Amino acid sequence: MRSSYGKGFKLRSSVVVFPASNCDRDIAVALESVTGTKPEMVWHGDADLPNTDLIILPGGFSYGDYLRAGAMAARSPVMGDVIRKAKQGTPVLGVCNGFQILTETGLLPGALMRNANLKFIHKPVALQVENNRTIFTARYESEAHLVMPIAHHDGNYHADEATLDRLEGESCVVFRYLDNPNGSARNIAGIVSENGRILGMMPHPERASESLLGGVDGIPVFESLMEALS
Amino acid sequence: MTALPYEKGLSADIVEQHGLTPKEYGRIVERLNRAPNVTELGIFSVMWSEHCSYKSSRKWLKTLPTEGPHVICGPGENAGIVDLGDGQAAIFKMESHNHPSFIEPYQGAATGVGGILRDVFTMGARPIANMNALRFGDPSHEKTRHLVAGVVAGIGGYGNCIGVPTVGGEVNFHRAYNGNILVNAMTVGVVETDKIFYSAARGVGNPVVYVGSKTGRDGIHGATMASAEFDDDSDDKRPTVQVGDPFTEKLLLEACLELMAGDAIIAIQDMGAAGLTSSSVEMAGKGGVGIELELDKVPCRETGMRPYEMMLSESQERMLLVLKPGREEAAKQIFVKWGLDVAVIGKTTDTGRMVLLFDGHIVADIPIDALTEDAPIYDRPWVATAKHDRLKPEDIKPIDHGEALKRLMSSPDLASKRWIWEQYDSTVMADTIVPPGGDAAVIRVHGTDKAIAITTDVTPRYCFNDPLQGGRQAVAEAWRNLIAVGATPLGITDCLNFGNPERPEIMGQFVDCVKGIAEACQALDFPVVSGNVSFYNETNGKAILPTPTIGGVGLIRDVNKIAAMGFAKSGDLLVLIGETKGHLGASLYAREIAGREDGAPPDVTLEVERRNGDFVRDQIEKGVVSSVHDLSDGGLWVAVAEMALAGNRGANIEVPKSNTHAFLFGEDQARYVITCAPEIATQILSEAATRNVPAETIGQVGGKTLTLNGQCEIDLQELRNEHEGWLPTYMG
Repeated sequence: MRSSYGKGFKLRSSVVVFPASNCDRDIAVALESVTGTKPEMVWHGDADLPNTDLIILPGGFSYGDYLRAGAMAARSPVMGDVIRKAKQGTPVLGVCNGFQILTETGLLPGALMRNANLKFIHKPVALQVENNRTIFTARYESEAHLVMPIAHHDGNYHADEATLDRLEGESCVVFRYLDNPNGSARNIAGIVSENGRILGMMPHPERASESLLGGVDGIPVFESLMEALS
Repeated sequence: MTALPYEKGLSADIVEQHGLTPKEYGRIVERLNRAPNVTELGIFSVMWSEHCSYKSSRKWLKTLPTEGPHVICGPGENAGIVDLGDGQAAIFKMESHNHPSFIEPYQGAATGVGGILRDVFTMGARPIANMNALRFGDPSHEKTRHLVAGVVAGIGGYGNCIGVPTVGGEVNFHRAYNGNILVNAMTVGVVETDKIFYSAARGVGNPVVYVGSKTGRDGIHGATMASAEFDDDSDDKRPTVQVGDPFTEKLLLEACLELMAGDAIIAIQDMGAAGLTSSSVEMAGKGGVGIELELDKVPCRETGMRPYEMMLSESQERMLLVLKPGREEAAKQIFVKWGLDVAVIGKTTDTGRMVLLFDGHIVADIPIDALTEDAPIYDRPWVATAKHDRLKPEDIKPIDHGEALKRLMSSPDLASKRWIWEQYDSTVMADTIVPPGGDAAVIRVHGTDKAIAITTDVTPRYCFNDPLQGGRQAVAEAWRNLIAVGATPLGITDCLNFGNPERPEIMGQFVDCVKGIAEACQALDFPVVSGNVSFYNETNGKAILPTPTIGGVGLIRDVNKIAAMGFAKSGDLLVLIGETKGHLGASLYAREIAGREDGAPPDVTLEVERRNGDFVRDQIEKGVVSSVHDLSDGGLWVAVAEMALAGNRGANIEVPKSNTHAFLFGEDQARYVITCAPEIATQILSEAATRNVPAETIGQVGGKTLTLNGQCEIDLQELRNEHEGWLPTYMG
């Protein structure tokens, strides 16, 4: 176990597995390595989540991205309980496809459209931490520069001007691209909900959690959660 | 149950449309003691097709070394298996999907990836990496750009969705592929050695279970198409190309692995080429049993499908299983949970026959061994390729060396393929240690400190000028690439792409390439564990370059001890391992700078290859080197430039005053560049001397330029722009 937060505290986290989620194992491994506790893997067809301190919607191609990325997963049976718990304040982290699902459920505003170059893009990107006063980012320095990989076809964040202004005004923009890879409005890479308990982000912190894999800039996301929830 | 009246002999036209010769048809009639009906004819045609029966190649494939201390399963199963120690094994195979990818590049390439993934997970392995060896026509050919775009999107579309990282491969361009591109897809998976599944059916009365996508009318006669040449009307064959659904494949993968965790399965086989026919025939044939299928129970996508269509459909994402009796319900529950079709469609029998029932009739009744063991084998006539003369350095007039380096580094074959691999997810599964761009990709075995190194290699222009040396070189280069990252090479899969084997000169290319491969595998202890042959890569009588692609797999025992190719530290010395004579025949320099493609390719001396490679790997293991790169296309200076770009550090090298171009760009084999701290160099050189390995210090890392004897300065950033610029500019 890497961390020493809240001695003896066991973080109960749940990773929702949709048909064709494919980063579910990756994020479970990263979470366990930071928190010392294995997350529950929850099947999308279940009616309820177990008691949980943290809900993860992992990356992947739920339902093959058919119809629209995240559209069908947002209507999976378990999502009723995810939405209920999120509204009660249980933290939710959605990465990549998880972010797309969060916008499809309406838990986060806006939409992720096809990348501006119309191609799948996978590469490490540079980010800036725009708000380090959230439960997801407290362990980052303010305005820190990070590198994490992106891997998506639909990461081009879009919302109307009023929504974008509100997100900026309420410090809901948490991560911004330094060199916009996909056409996202205002270089947005990740946003939180108004209450700061739901984070959606396109870059993959779980793939930047080990120096052998090319970087550790994602680890503070999990450390911040551990610290905030213990 | 009544038998349908058999047709009284089929017309010569129908036989010919099925790609069977009159003699082969005669053999069928003789074996059945009657004329086949059209369903039976269709079944024979796919099972006896070149694609499924290896009738032109089998004689020669038997000469390949397939055994070794690490080999758990050699050729003949869905994929080959090598031991990784600690109760784990790697399962891998490469397969061609050339013909469909030319006709419909997106779906052709996507289903190529899907097919090879199934070959690996049907044996119980979780796939951990995909690679692709791609060959396209001349960049100026009207179809090339469209084919590159489609193939790359198809590979990405499938691999990204299913969540298996695509970690590298090769991309070459040559006018010989204008009418026949090559898409060779490779998958590597990892399995627990006590959880390996094979395809041989056993027992009598055991349920035969169909799972996965419904059967449609797509891909009918794909295997037959892949066993014929193209002509100007090949676009008409689009309906024979299958359509891929990576979402369903992902569900199938997870459902199969879930079922495999228990002990319900006796045998399992994916439905690839020739679909339900080849899977059921091969499972029964290998197990020495019969099989009876009730085709009314096959899940169909369309109504009114006939037995002929069901048996020949190549609809994707389907599997056939033989279960232990009584386990049907438990299996069904798993597949239903994953939203997949599942149906018991038949049973094993003791008749040794394949019996198909439909609508209350027997619609086919064929002895299994007539389809497998009695398939024709041809000893096709062949002529050896005429030898080329050796080129002397003076035969190729040099140009300015800096200009030559820039032209080579921005030539289609050597230019950066970043535009392609940024469309592939190469880091999903979070175990990718060396992503695309290194000598070999390195993927950690999940949850361990071990890793697997993977590479694909072949130099078709060598194979064309001298198939024997070219065959050896393909294996040697794969071996070298694995060595260069610090791996112990374990085994290869071969994907042999050639023209029409009925032409003696093409058969000659095949025979000598296989001979070269066999020699190299023997000398390097690098056995062939799986493979595939793709003939008839010809259009209007024009064949591709002989392209025996080699997929190599090696084991890294400690992932913290790998070598990378980027220069790591200024002041490090460059040591050239191996002898440099300056061989320019069939080199990239001769082609790109002088426009010459002739000349004997470099000799591959296998004992030297072995000695030099073992030496380099030992240095990596000892931790005394800071970077390693093997020398191949473009020779020494290209290798140094690649190391410089990867490490973003320049270097000066000392070069001879005469025939400098041959020293810099010659493609002599068995060579590497390693770098080390200056104080270690003497030790490395003296160990090399005692081991009879040629080694000399040739330069030093430093600065932001590449120089020769301190002259001919090339700015790294400028070189990078040239190297990175070609493909994005070309693709627009």
